[in-house]
Amino acid sequence: MTDATTGGDAAFVEFDHVQKSYDGETLVVKDLNLSIAKGEFLTMLGPSGSGKTTCLMMLAGFETATHGEIRLAGREINNIPPHKRGIGMVFQNYALFPHMTVAENLAFPLEVRKLGKSEREQKVKRALDMVQMGAFGGRRPAQLSGGQQQRIALARALVFEPELVLMDEPLGALDKQLREHMQFEITRLAHELGITTVYVTHDQTEALTMSDNVAVFDDGRIQQLAPPAVLYEEPENSFVAQFIGENNTLEGVVQEIKGDIAVVKLDDGELIDCKPVNVSKAGERTRVSIRPERVETNKARLQPGAHTLKAEVLEFIYMGDIYRTRLRVAGNDDFVVKTRNAPDQKRMQPGEQIEIGWLPSDCRALDA
Amino acid sequence: MSDITQDGPMLAADGTPLKKSLARALRRQKIRALMLIAPLLIFVLVTFIAPIADMLFRSVENQIVRDTLPRTVVALKDWNPDGEEIPGEAVFQALNLDFQIAAEEKNHTKLGSRLNYESPGISSVFRSTGRGADKIGKDAEKTFTGIDPRWKDPAIWAGIFASPEAETALPRSARAYEAFAKSVRAEGKKEVAKAKLWPVVFSALLDDLTLAQPDAAAVAALPAPGPELVNAALAAGLQPIDAKQAFLEINDGWSKLDLWQTISAYSPPYTAGYFLNAADFEQTSHGIEARPPSERIYLKLFWRTLWMSMTITACCILLGYPVAWLLANLRASTANVLMILVLLPFWTSLLVRTSAWKVLLQQQGVINDLLVWMGLVSDGNRLVMINNQFGTIIAMTHILLPFMILPLYSVMKTVPPSYVRAAKSLGATPWTAFWRVYFPQSIPGIGAGSILCFILAIGYYITPELVGGTEGVFISRYIAYHISTSLNWGLAAALGTILLAAVLLLYYVYDKIVGIDNVKLG
Repeated sequence: MTDATTGGDAAFVEFDHVQKSYDGETLVVKDLNLSIAKGEFLTMLGPSGSGKTTCLMMLAGFETATHGEIRLAGREINNIPPHKRGIGMVFQNYALFPHMTVAENLAFPLEVRKLGKSEREQKVKRALDMVQMGAFGGRRPAQLSGGQQQRIALARALVFEPELVLMDEPLGALDKQLREHMQFEITRLAHELGITTVYVTHDQTEALTMSDNVAVFDDGRIQQLAPPAVLYEEPENSFVAQFIGENNTLEGVVQEIKGDIAVVKLDDGELIDCKPVNVSKAGERTRVSIRPERVETNKARLQPGAHTLKAEVLEFIYMGDIYRTRLRVAGNDDFVVKTRNAPDQKRMQPGEQIEIGWLPSDCRALDA
Repeated sequence: MSDITQDGPMLAADGTPLKKSLARALRRQKIRALMLIAPLLIFVLVTFIAPIADMLFRSVENQIVRDTLPRTVVALKDWNPDGEEIPGEAVFQALNLDFQIAAEEKNHTKLGSRLNYESPGISSVFRSTGRGADKIGKDAEKTFTGIDPRWKDPAIWAGIFASPEAETALPRSARAYEAFAKSVRAEGKKEVAKAKLWPVVFSALLDDLTLAQPDAAAVAALPAPGPELVNAALAAGLQPIDAKQAFLEINDGWSKLDLWQTISAYSPPYTAGYFLNAADFEQTSHGIEARPPSERIYLKLFWRTLWMSMTITACCILLGYPVAWLLANLRASTANVLMILVLLPFWTSLLVRTSAWKVLLQQQGVINDLLVWMGLVSDGNRLVMINNQFGTIIAMTHILLPFMILPLYSVMKTVPPSYVRAAKSLGATPWTAFWRVYFPQSIPGIGAGSILCFILAIGYYITPELVGGTEGVFISRYIAYHISTSLNWGLAAALGTILLAAVLLLYYVYDKIVGIDNVKLG
């Protein structure tokens, strides 16, 4: 489906037909091909059990690939033990050594690299300052809050200046506000230092806001590898469309395909125009995907060429910045529309019959 | 700002001090908690703490000399134990009465055994004197009945000594008679006025009438026929008893300075003697001295108990650590099977396990047979692996191993694998990752296991006794020996107390070095 994308030829990290099985019966990772350019921030996104963490562990060296090659800077690393790979890693539970102070934790990778004392202290200080934790060097990890521990774990993974940093759901244990702040902080650091980052998460917002590229994993395969905007706007299959952001699905059969327009006959008989993405010929079943914010309820604002459908309001939820309205459209009770809380926006009442519309280009015919 | 600048204790909403208010709120809970533990607490207090306290007290308690020979102990205060002379007549006079009473009460053998711990030979002196001492009393009895046969009548004695004047007129007799009367009453078979008199009362009477002139007024105030009998006896020209001469005739052990020094040294009600003994010292007339090297046994045993227990603990760490690590890192199903193997010894009798080691380790045993069969050892040179320290260390390590593995396992279980992974990802070799990151976090388990193993080992009895021979036994053997065979409970208590103190000291040292907070059982 997807091989190398951005970054051109100079792939820094490469997975070449990598497979992984734990029990010799089922494959957890099925034929993974992925290349990551130097300086890229790549996120592996997927539900739990999709193989994303296994991929990360294979890259770090804690799991061995059953088949295939993993290359780092052109060198095959399958048989290099983790401590010789020089890859920084941030763990889900931070894994700060509880019997060492923060400064000792940071000095650890420098110590095992046999750096001199003054150089060590200098680097530790710089790393602590980098995450704004300069005053905490003498504390024990247990005396720090979750967010502070997270920063220290980050500083420790960066202090020995690795070219590649892996992060395994590092923000999972933080509360929402702190998480958003740390997301920003991590991307800032990654870009400032120019390091290549592989980030694993199951949180799609995190993936979209932080990454240069997102690899969506499911069932041991990469379903789509693309920059966040492309991933959101142009999902290549219905799994990605469902998994990333909110999505409305209408099921039907392809009637005909004319260039970049596919005519789909919905299950209730309505005909709509879509953009064919994952369909090739007439008669195929398809799922049509439309993002909730691309649906217009205000007739006056409809773009020319927009397609309209009748709908019944089932539920209206006020969410502050937006209104979320659940509609019945073409037999689907879970059709959601999001509208901006604008002064001229009407608040709809349940039971109301309205007309909604969207541009055929926003409506993607995907695999069933 | 103003409302928080308040002097004195914090107050609750109703104005009572917050502490008091809190205590009241928690009182019910506390009482309930106390009630819940009460059955166990009482059980432990009655069956465990109190006997232990009693045993500890026995290690210093020494009332027996003072109780058995009260007059002698007082008289001995004027005697110089560092001199060359045995005590004079006054002490022997006191001893005469004390000893005859003790012999009648059959306490002299107990005292003999007690003093025999300190100076061997005293017991036989006491026994033989016990058989002969009443001759002195009987001689005195003959003297008095020769003067007036009425002296023989217990009823007359009962009459005279019922009077309070008797105490003033005839003080020694009064006390000797009191001891007699008490003994007869305690026996409960006869009336005091009809029981056969102890000869010692005549000895005491003779002393009263000859060693000092009795108070005439007090004698006159005695109930009849007291004054008449006493005056008649006084008029008969009595000769005082030569107690020293008499005792030396019964047993010349009494002429030995050493015996008197021992009695004098152990006359206070509390003694350090048991402890000195337990540390291979003795109390001599020249103060505290180490025993001659050939008699030193306990220090060597204490030392052996300590170093062997430490060796056993170290062996347990070496053998248990990898197993615990494996247990903590295997899949749950495999770990459970392994855990059963670890726990299996707990379900087998200690004696069976120890006996099994005897079978395995003896010269004609399984291991030697195997070594001979493999040609590693020639048949003539079978290894001696039992009835020595090696045997004790092997068997004890096997028996105590689960006590090391379990705490280690429960601590290791709490160390997430991500720590070692993190260390490796930071560039540490597997060994550095283990030594710098994993090992420090498993120390609490080592601490708990070591304390458990060491304390169990230091007091172990059965296994060293069965497989240790003479070279591999612990101090516990001598504690058991003194409790059940030599019946020197004081010494056994002192040995036990020293052992307890050693454990507490090590515990303290451990706390200082490792920190007792670093001990976790899970």
